[in-house]
This record gives sequence, structure tokens and C-alpha cells, in this order.
Amino acid sequence: MSVPARQLVRLFSGNEAIARGAFEAGVKVASAYPGTPSTEILENLARYEGVYAEWAPNEKVAVEVALGASMAGVRSLAAMKHVGVNVAADPIFTASYTGVRGGFVIVTADDPELHSSQNEQDNRHYAVAAKIPMLEPSDSEEAREFTKAAFEMSEKYDTPVFLRTTTRISHAKGAVRLGEVSGPAFPPGFVRDPAKWVMLPQNAKGRHVIVEERMRALKELAETFPGNRIEWGDRSLGIVTAGVSYQYVREAFPDASVLKLGMAHPLPERLIREFAAGVSRLVVVEELDPVIEMHVKALGIAVQGKELIPIVGELDPRIVREGIAGGSAPVRPPEKVPSRPPNLCPGCPHRGLFYVLSKLKVTVAGDIGCYTLAALPPLCGMDTCVCMGASIGNAFGMEKALGKAAQGKIVAVIGDSTFIHSGITGLIDIVYNRGASTVIILDNRTTAMTGAQENPATGMTLQEDPTHRLDLPGLCRSIGVEHVYTVNPHDMAQTEAVLRRELAREAPSVVITEAPCVLLPGHRKKKRPVYEVIPDLCTGCRACNKLGCPAIEWVPFTPEEAVAAGKKAAQKGMARINALLCDGCNQCPPLCKFKAILEGKG
Amino acid sequence: MSEAAGGNVFLAGVGGQGILLASEVLCEAFLSGGYDVKKSEVHGMAQRGGAVTTHLRFGKKVHSPLIEPGTAGLLIAFEKMEALRFAHYLSPDGTALVNAQEIHPPSVATGRERYPARIEERLREFTPNLFVVDALAAALSLNEVRAVNIVMVGAASRFLPLAEETYVKALRAALPERIVEVNVRAFRVGRELLPALGTSR
Repeated sequence: MSVPARQLVRLFSGNEAIARGAFEAGVKVASAYPGTPSTEILENLARYEGVYAEWAPNEKVAVEVALGASMAGVRSLAAMKHVGVNVAADPIFTASYTGVRGGFVIVTADDPELHSSQNEQDNRHYAVAAKIPMLEPSDSEEAREFTKAAFEMSEKYDTPVFLRTTTRISHAKGAVRLGEVSGPAFPPGFVRDPAKWVMLPQNAKGRHVIVEERMRALKELAETFPGNRIEWGDRSLGIVTAGVSYQYVREAFPDASVLKLGMAHPLPERLIREFAAGVSRLVVVEELDPVIEMHVKALGIAVQGKELIPIVGELDPRIVREGIAGGSAPVRPPEKVPSRPPNLCPGCPHRGLFYVLSKLKVTVAGDIGCYTLAALPPLCGMDTCVCMGASIGNAFGMEKALGKAAQGKIVAVIGDSTFIHSGITGLIDIVYNRGASTVIILDNRTTAMTGAQENPATGMTLQEDPTHRLDLPGLCRSIGVEHVYTVNPHDMAQTEAVLRRELAREAPSVVITEAPCVLLPGHRKKKRPVYEVIPDLCTGCRACNKLGCPAIEWVPFTPEEAVAAGKKAAQKGMARINALLCDGCNQCPPLCKFKAILEGKG
Repeated sequence: MSEAAGGNVFLAGVGGQGILLASEVLCEAFLSGGYDVKKSEVHGMAQRGGAVTTHLRFGKKVHSPLIEPGTAGLLIAFEKMEALRFAHYLSPDGTALVNAQEIHPPSVATGRERYPARIEERLREFTPNLFVVDALAAALSLNEVRAVNIVMVGAASRFLPLAEETYVKALRAALPERIVEVNVRAFRVGRELLPALGTSR
């Protein structure tokens, strides 16, 4: 299985490079829950021979599976987005105590700038809090190298190892040299060792001592770890930096001296002192929180950091240059054009449901997924969104707070994959504590937002093997929800009728909206009608526009144009359907009182 | 932007137009053309019909995966209004290659705002080197509406320092077998949309 040519170069994203690095390290078991910007790590690992890769129902399970594989003596990996670590924190903090057998790497993919996230947390704090070493690559090539190094470090120091990326590492592509494939130096097998694996208080107490010894040893390692290095240059400015910020620093200050940290925790104290002593001005450039800066300050070293470099959002070379050197380059301001926020796709089944919810004027406790986009105008169909699974608890909490006044006025909406991730326990709470909430599960047969991944309700695994398909209605009934109904959200009249009935019910109910995501290949291959607006019949009432469908365009008129088009001068415009975008979902025709929307000849 | 030393290519368009794939092909081409290359983009929520961008940088050694405003030698806009949104990324002597296609954002589709007027005129305030092509018509002439992205790659190739075969090789490397041929045709159609340009431009 060896790859002979060292010179083999591929163009890899950070995520592809991590998958490659894990493969080269001989990883055998990998588990993850999809989450931007981490998703492609497992999608790529699944394609390597000899690797078992799976989608877990959530990040906590992913870490537990990977830790179990490590206990059994094989190398394992769990990957997640930054907020996934919150879900997985429980096993992670104690895995720090148990340590590992096979190398165990946890990838946390942070999202500065919140490109596709609900917060901007800096997961370097987890490394400090859980006493787990953390490596931080600055490009795709380092992502591969550091992943390999992380497995070796894990086994040598008996610890899980964090590998932290950010969006500009995970989703930036660069050249990567392919390396040789290796693996652990011992055969698989679980070795009984209760003092290590059974975290009863008396055993864990002993392990805590070992954890502290390990961190001291890792601190020593940090002084010589090749990923931590000084690049001496002009000594009037010395910059300490890590991750993608290193690239911005190199671009903005090509001549400066740089201490580049590849290990985010623990930090190399002697190396930092040596560097600080060698430069006249010391600045830390890091995205998000002042983690390195606080450490340097704790060493009693004078340093600038967050007073120059923003704590909010991601950096770029210009921010770094202007933050440190002052002044600002003359750049033309962006032109003002209408904003283009992301939107539900044409034909998206969620649109039908949210149109109905808007009409019913209920308070909608929302959740994480494509459907969160329904919060935007014109649907404005969501009132809260916190984290995976929060909708159900949030709705129930509102109901308990408001009592009878809330009856029939609050719903929770949650996607199929999100419900399985962490919504089930919320539903149990409603039934157990005698609630009457209405929960809507949006079953589009996929994990759509992250790019259509399989989940336990799709009947397929990550490695494309058919499997048991979780029966969502059956699950809800077994929890104790007596009223479980399935509707087609494209049929808005039916959806509205069922929702009105269930909202009025003084008992918990679940309504499942069932229609496939339009991005699924099965749907794309289907022959679908294309609708058109008959210009002579359109009165410009804008009823169809309220759907917010990207395929329905508004053609504005001046009074002269209106008259020329054979309309009343007062008509402000008319609707038009973009045939290239129309998905044929049939949501808009019933909304037109004038029957102006008809199936086109195609 | 034919200087062989390196450059910045900024791709902008609307989620669903295949910008990520187009940038993928360009990156593969630069890599096999002997350049160091980096590109950066965002996935997930940002891709659902929203404004999508890719920063692509090539050269002897590339550090930052992001392009600074005012430094892009080539802006490839897959949609007209998106060209204007990101025109400030252009360097003063940069080239804007713009697909004439208009895709209405929600505020325009619902009549709350108007689609901007005089886009070409406003773009010329950023650069005299403006090229507008109808990539949608070109793709439809191949009966493949999804090929708009590769038509644009073909047109963009007129401004980049790589040989035609390098792109064709990159198409074969980046695309699944069954769609290679139609995309090679799309590339050639796109390339023919613009006349051969002198290297001095």
C-alpha cells in the first residue's frame, strides 16, 4: 500500500488534505456529523480503501465511536464543526483522562466570520480547558502533515489530539505532496486496564495526575515541534501568529520576523521568550480571541494584540497590514447593489410549509438547517434559532411560560437530521411533562444544508450501503405522541388544514412534512413541469411573490409601459416565471386567484 | 493579466451557477501549468442562491488564500449585478469579464428594489477593460444550461497565461468522465466568444 513517489502533488482543500493525512497515518475508524466547514473530511475519508467512515447521529456519538476504536487499538478520527465540539464536550473532557491506545484525533473546524454558523466561538479554549494538545495547520500541506503528526503524538503521549482548522484552511485549496502510508506499531486489540478506562472517581483521580504530567511533557515537546518555528527577518517587528493568519502576515509583512506556531496548545514558553528578546516590537496576530496574546502576557512579556487586530470576524492581509502599520491603502468603496442573501431553492418543499406558518401567524421556534433561511423576507417564517435541536425545548419553554395564552400559537420546526441529532430528547420532555406543543419535522430525506448527506432516516450509510431506515412517525409514537400526521408541504391547503387542527389540540402532536430535497439526484432526474405566467391574466397582485421563490420574478411597469402592455395605468408590474429556474413544484398556481399561472408547453 | 509571475483571479456569481467547479478547473490548470496556486471559497448556507465568490491566486509561491480589494487582475462575473458588487476587487488596470445573464435577488423578484441600471457604464468606472459575453446563450447552444460556468472559463482563458491544452487537461482531471466532452466543447465555445487578445493587454 505504499505510495512511492514523494513528488506526487495534488490540489487539495484543507479537508481533503486532512483525509489524506489520516489515510497516510493508517486511520481505521472515522466518525462525524456533517457541519460546515468540516463536512468533506469524512466524505473524502470514506473513499479511501481500508477505512471505515460513518455519519454518526451527532458529534457526541462520533467522539464516543472514535474513542472506542482507539480503545481497541486502531487509529481513529472524529470530525466536527466548532459548535459540534460543544455537543461532544462530555466524552472529550474525560477522553483526556482515559487517554488512548490507537492514535485518536479530533478535528474541530472553526468558522470565523460565521460564513455558515450560528456563532463565532474560538475552540482553542477547549484545548486549554480539556488539557488536550492542539495542532493548527496554516495551509493544505500542513493539514496533511499535522494530521499525521497528530496520530503519532496521540499514541506517544497517550492523549487525544485536537486538530483545529478554520474556514480559510478547510475550504482553501492548495498543493499537497502525497506521503507514505503508515500505521500504529502494535496490533489491534482491547487490553483490559480498569485504572485507565473505567473512570470511577478513584481511577480518574489517578489519571488526572497523569494528565498533568503529560501536559508538562507536551510543553517540552512544543519547544522542538517542527511546526513551531522562528523565521528571522527584520528585527524591528516580530509577529507571533498561527493558522491562516500566518499567511496573511507573510503577505502583509514579507520582511518581518515571524514566530509561527503550529501547536496552539501547549505553547512553547522558551521559544516565545527567545523570539520576544530578539525583536524590538512584538505583536500577536490571531483570529478571534487573544489566546496566544494572553499566554505571552502571562509570561510577563510586553506585547500588542487585540488593540490592533479585530476580535470579531476573520482577518485578511489588509486588516493585518493596516492594524500593525497604521494608515489605510486607498481602495474604492464597493458599489451599492441590492443584497443577495442565500434563499431556499426554487421548488424547496420547506417554502410551502413556511408560507402556511406565515399565514397562521404563529410563533415559530426554529432550528439549524436550510429552513432557517425561511426567517428572511418575504416569508419571515421563523422567530428563534439557537442550536441543533433547540427548537423543541424553546417552544415547550415558551408554552410553559405563557400557559393557556400560548395554546395554539407556538410551533417548533426541525429538520429530519436535526431531530435525530438532538431533537428527540426535547420531544420526550414535552410528553413526559404533559405539554401540548405542536412539533413539525421537515423530512426532506437528506441533510441538505451541508450538501445532502445521508442520515439514519434516509436508509443509506455514508459508504453507500443500504441500511435500516429510521421510522420517524413510529419513533414519535413510541415516545408517547399520540397524534402523528404526515403531510405533503407542496400541498399548502392540506398542510394548513392539518396544522390548524393540531394547533388547536390540547395534546402533543407531531406533523411530518414529507417531500424530497430538490437537490437530490433522484428528484433532479425526474421529469418536472415548468409553469408560466400568462401575461394577459396577471393583474400584478403579487400573491405569488409572497412565496419568495427565486423563479418568480417581478417585472416593474411605468404607467406608460402598463398601458402599452394592455394593463391599467395603475398596475405597477407583473409576475414572470424564469423557466430556467422553475422546478415545477406547483406551489404558486393555487395562490393565483386569476388562474394566470399555468403549466407551460415546455 | 498575462504576466507570468502571478496574479489574482476573483470569481463572483450566484449559488448554483457552478462557480466552485469553474474555479476548480482553473486551479488544476494553474497547478499543471507549473504555478503554485491557492483558492478560497465558502460552502454551506452561503451557497443557497446567495452571492458566491472564489478567491484564486497563482504565482511562484502563494501565501494568502484571500485577495485584497483593489488587486484582482481578472474579475470573472457569472452574473451581471455580481460583477458590480465585487468590482472594487479589481486592480486599476484589471480586466472584468462579465456574463450578461441577470438573476434577480429576492428584493428585486418581489418588487421591493429594482435591478441596477447602467451596470456596464458603472463597471467602466472601475476598468476600461470590460468584456461582456452571453455565456447563457452559448451554453444553451450546446443544449446544456449547466455549462455556463465552463463557457466562462473558456472566455477567461483569453486573459490567463496558460496554453489551451492545459485547460482541456484540467477539465479531464476535475470532471466526471461522462460530462467531460460537453464541457470541453463549452470551453471552446467560450474561448471563441472573445477574439485572441494581444499579450500586452
